[in-house]
Amino acid sequence: MRCFILAALLIATPAFAANEAGKYQSVLGDCEGCHGRNLAGGVALATPFGKLVTPNITPDVATGIGTWSQEDFRKAMKQGMGKGGKPLYPAMPYVNYALMPDADVAALWTYIRTVKPVRNSVDVNQLKFPFNLRFLMRGWNLLFFKPAPFANDASKNAAWNRGEYLVEGPAHCGACHSPRNFFGADKGGLSGASLQGWWAPDLTGDGRAGLGAWSNDELVQYLQTGRNAHSLASGPMAEAVENSTSRMTDSDLNAIAVYLKDLPPGPGNGGGATGAEAQMQAGARIYQVSCAACHGGDGKGSAIFPPLAGNPIVTQSSPETLARVVLAGAKGAATVKSPTGPAMPSFAWRWNDEQVAAVLTYIRNNWRNVAPAVSADTVTKIRTSLHSAS
Amino acid sequence: MARLLPKRDAVIIGLGWTGAILAQQLTEAGLNVVAIERGPWRDTASDFNIAYIQDELRYGIRKELFLQPAVEAMTMRNNAAQTALPMRDYGSFLPGHGVGGAGVHWNGASWRFWDGDLQIRSQLTRRYGAKKLTGLQLQDWGVTWNELEHSFDQFEYLCGISGKAGNLKGQIQAGGNPFESPRSRGYPTPPMKMSYAPSLFARTVTELGFHPFPTPSANLSTAYVNPLGVALGQCTYCGFCERFGCGNYSKASAQTTILPVLMRKPNFEARTECEVLKINLTPDGKHARSVTYLDAQGVEYEQPGDMVLLCAYGLMNVRMMLLSRIGQPYDPVSGKGVVGRNYCYQTSAAARLFFDGKNFNPFIGAGALGQTMDDFNGDAFDHSHLDFVGGAQINCIITGGRPIGSRPTPPGTPRWGAKWKAETAKNYQNSMGFASQGSSYPVRENYLDLDPTYTDRHGRPLLRMTFDFPDNDIAMSHYVSDRMETIAKSFNAKSWAVSRLKKGWDAVPYQSTHNTGGAVMGADPGTSAVNKYLQSWDVPNVFVIGASAFGHNGGRNPTGTVGALAYWAAEAIATKYIKSPGALVPA
Repeated sequence: MRCFILAALLIATPAFAANEAGKYQSVLGDCEGCHGRNLAGGVALATPFGKLVTPNITPDVATGIGTWSQEDFRKAMKQGMGKGGKPLYPAMPYVNYALMPDADVAALWTYIRTVKPVRNSVDVNQLKFPFNLRFLMRGWNLLFFKPAPFANDASKNAAWNRGEYLVEGPAHCGACHSPRNFFGADKGGLSGASLQGWWAPDLTGDGRAGLGAWSNDELVQYLQTGRNAHSLASGPMAEAVENSTSRMTDSDLNAIAVYLKDLPPGPGNGGGATGAEAQMQAGARIYQVSCAACHGGDGKGSAIFPPLAGNPIVTQSSPETLARVVLAGAKGAATVKSPTGPAMPSFAWRWNDEQVAAVLTYIRNNWRNVAPAVSADTVTKIRTSLHSAS
Repeated sequence: MARLLPKRDAVIIGLGWTGAILAQQLTEAGLNVVAIERGPWRDTASDFNIAYIQDELRYGIRKELFLQPAVEAMTMRNNAAQTALPMRDYGSFLPGHGVGGAGVHWNGASWRFWDGDLQIRSQLTRRYGAKKLTGLQLQDWGVTWNELEHSFDQFEYLCGISGKAGNLKGQIQAGGNPFESPRSRGYPTPPMKMSYAPSLFARTVTELGFHPFPTPSANLSTAYVNPLGVALGQCTYCGFCERFGCGNYSKASAQTTILPVLMRKPNFEARTECEVLKINLTPDGKHARSVTYLDAQGVEYEQPGDMVLLCAYGLMNVRMMLLSRIGQPYDPVSGKGVVGRNYCYQTSAAARLFFDGKNFNPFIGAGALGQTMDDFNGDAFDHSHLDFVGGAQINCIITGGRPIGSRPTPPGTPRWGAKWKAETAKNYQNSMGFASQGSSYPVRENYLDLDPTYTDRHGRPLLRMTFDFPDNDIAMSHYVSDRMETIAKSFNAKSWAVSRLKKGWDAVPYQSTHNTGGAVMGADPGTSAVNKYLQSWDVPNVFVIGASAFGHNGGRNPTGTVGALAYWAAEAIATKYIKSPGALVPA
């Protein structure tokens, strides 16, 4: 009966400490986010080039990386080369991991060797022709991958530099939040991007769409708990919070906040809705009937429901996440410090595309929010893509 | 042959209110717990979707969230001379089904029983003499108010109950219930805002010298974060609580208060759509080894555990004990045996008033939005010259003006056709009601046992219910109906009608899902199935948690007391039983 209690009384040994250090590297890199809670892979990633399924990285000999050496692992992490010189697809963020010091990669390797081997055979490459040809990645690397060790900016303080290292390196924030070029390469800038049917929001200092209105503490609170006075993480960010940022140390979270808060404003969201009076009126009626009960007549939300007034996810240049949340519903992040994880139900059944467009235009331009109107065509496209994805 | 699974510290049968509380408390104490739930997983946004949960036909009439007789039926009769027949449809009461249990669809009226309820036999005997209780099988519960008060408090703060204290550590508080037993602190959230009908009721009965107060409600008046860190929303008074899951996270349930924390724990597992067939005992019948259950595919498993916590609906707890041969079945002829003993219900009547020119707006509602007076409840009034004991609360609660069920028409109106339509249109805004909810006291003839004829889909005997309203309770209810007549008169309504309870319980029309007793707690193993910690006298590693433990039913909704008993039992297990497994009270 007491076995569970005993399990908690682990004795701190040097091996234990090294393993914990490696485990923390896996938190920083959010390995679980793509490879699953047990790291056995099998998680499908929808890319613009087709479907990639994440590989099994447990030490299973037959289906995982049980036959790999430490050097094989280092090359995968930092050079994008799998065992035997097989080029990895850059969905594996080796472009970011290349900034990691070898010692941290070694610690991570130590930890990965200790996780439970899981037999799970994964068909990784389900991309469309010609993207299924791995050797093409050699050319991609030549064009877009310029590995270099992380260099401190002497004009900035230690927290800022640690923050830049985390954001651009292991935490690979840009993998979701930075716009991509035609070849899927990160253009940098963290000004928001579309992926997997979600819009990863602008993290720049922009006052409407970005984090300009957030304090450092509020940003730390968001990353630690999944929510703050402005917003509530859902979708892929809820997973990133649950698996990664909520488990980071306070000083690392503070460093991320210091760095992100120093980013200059990005291109912005394109300004307010003009000539949308009819949508605004229709949206106001829908809002009162179907949204105000939880989000409040004043758009301020409550201890459980996120606000819409001043919530940057509402005023992104793209309404993709917003429309998705309304049509398909979404579950908020649930963390130790904020365990509720409230969920938004699907309203796909209740509202047609014109109505969704109207209410989104309304919440994007009511209270003091300012963002472009949403057209019914845009909602139709998102609804269609949600249908084909499910 | 059942597949044998690895042993757990505790196996919980049923993941409703009590199962969730026990699981939360025992996982905190370090135990490895599995909960086995017959119904499906249920979650607010996906199963109580705010975009369509207010579908009265689907949930209110077709009862989508409830236990269906195909899963488990019961047989019913009024007395032992009759042959009990199985219900084809649940009517008089509606047990829950699935994760959250009946706590998903409850109205949210969250009461504490009285301190006097716990010592009912001693107290009434002291006040009126033993003769007054002739024919009633009333008995003390074996636990005292001081022992249980903290557990009531825990449940109320888990839920965030909205109310006004009436008795803070013995100090009577203006605006609260002056008849309540002393509480250690006030409610966690303020009372709900009152709509017109309860406000009018409060004003009217106050003028008559009575003491109305806001009904303590689990439909929260304001957003609330409970001690587990789980947040609930503010009630929107949408009027869809009873028979519905709450789409706004504003009605306390296992889903909105515990499960977000519990489901994250590595030492907890919930197995849904798994039906426990029986609890397996060692050959001497004194120790539970395991439970046998079927999963959704019909595969049979045996789940061993160091203890088994029976946390199903009260009636199902009793049936599981009988099926598993835990405790001696009650025999109404000899009065011997304990399992099935002291089954009680609720004794209710209603008043309906019709006005002209009002705007009651009954669609502004919530399961526990209203006013209550306890002036004629329990032993708050003198019974010396009355021919009964017990009483009823009188409630003006506006659960909602739903379009199918809420069609008040004055007596004499046709039940269909043009005249009925005209009258419903005219009276919807012009009618209000209030109701008594009365105590139900045990008698020798009312009991639960296994049906000798009818079986379920697995071939197990159904539960047989033998029940009628005892004469004592009929007399009580008529007395309260007389008081309701007086109150109704004072409203100066155009017309009114007060119903009077009749002998001959009818299992068809809905009355109340407040079924109590059958595995009652007490200090005497000769008259109780479980001890004061809800531990089986006969099989000490089995605890039986729920309204099944009530020695009688008070004139109150039972959930608050059920929640308190769950915390009370959990504390006994965590602080006493784990250290020294075995009988916590010598038999």
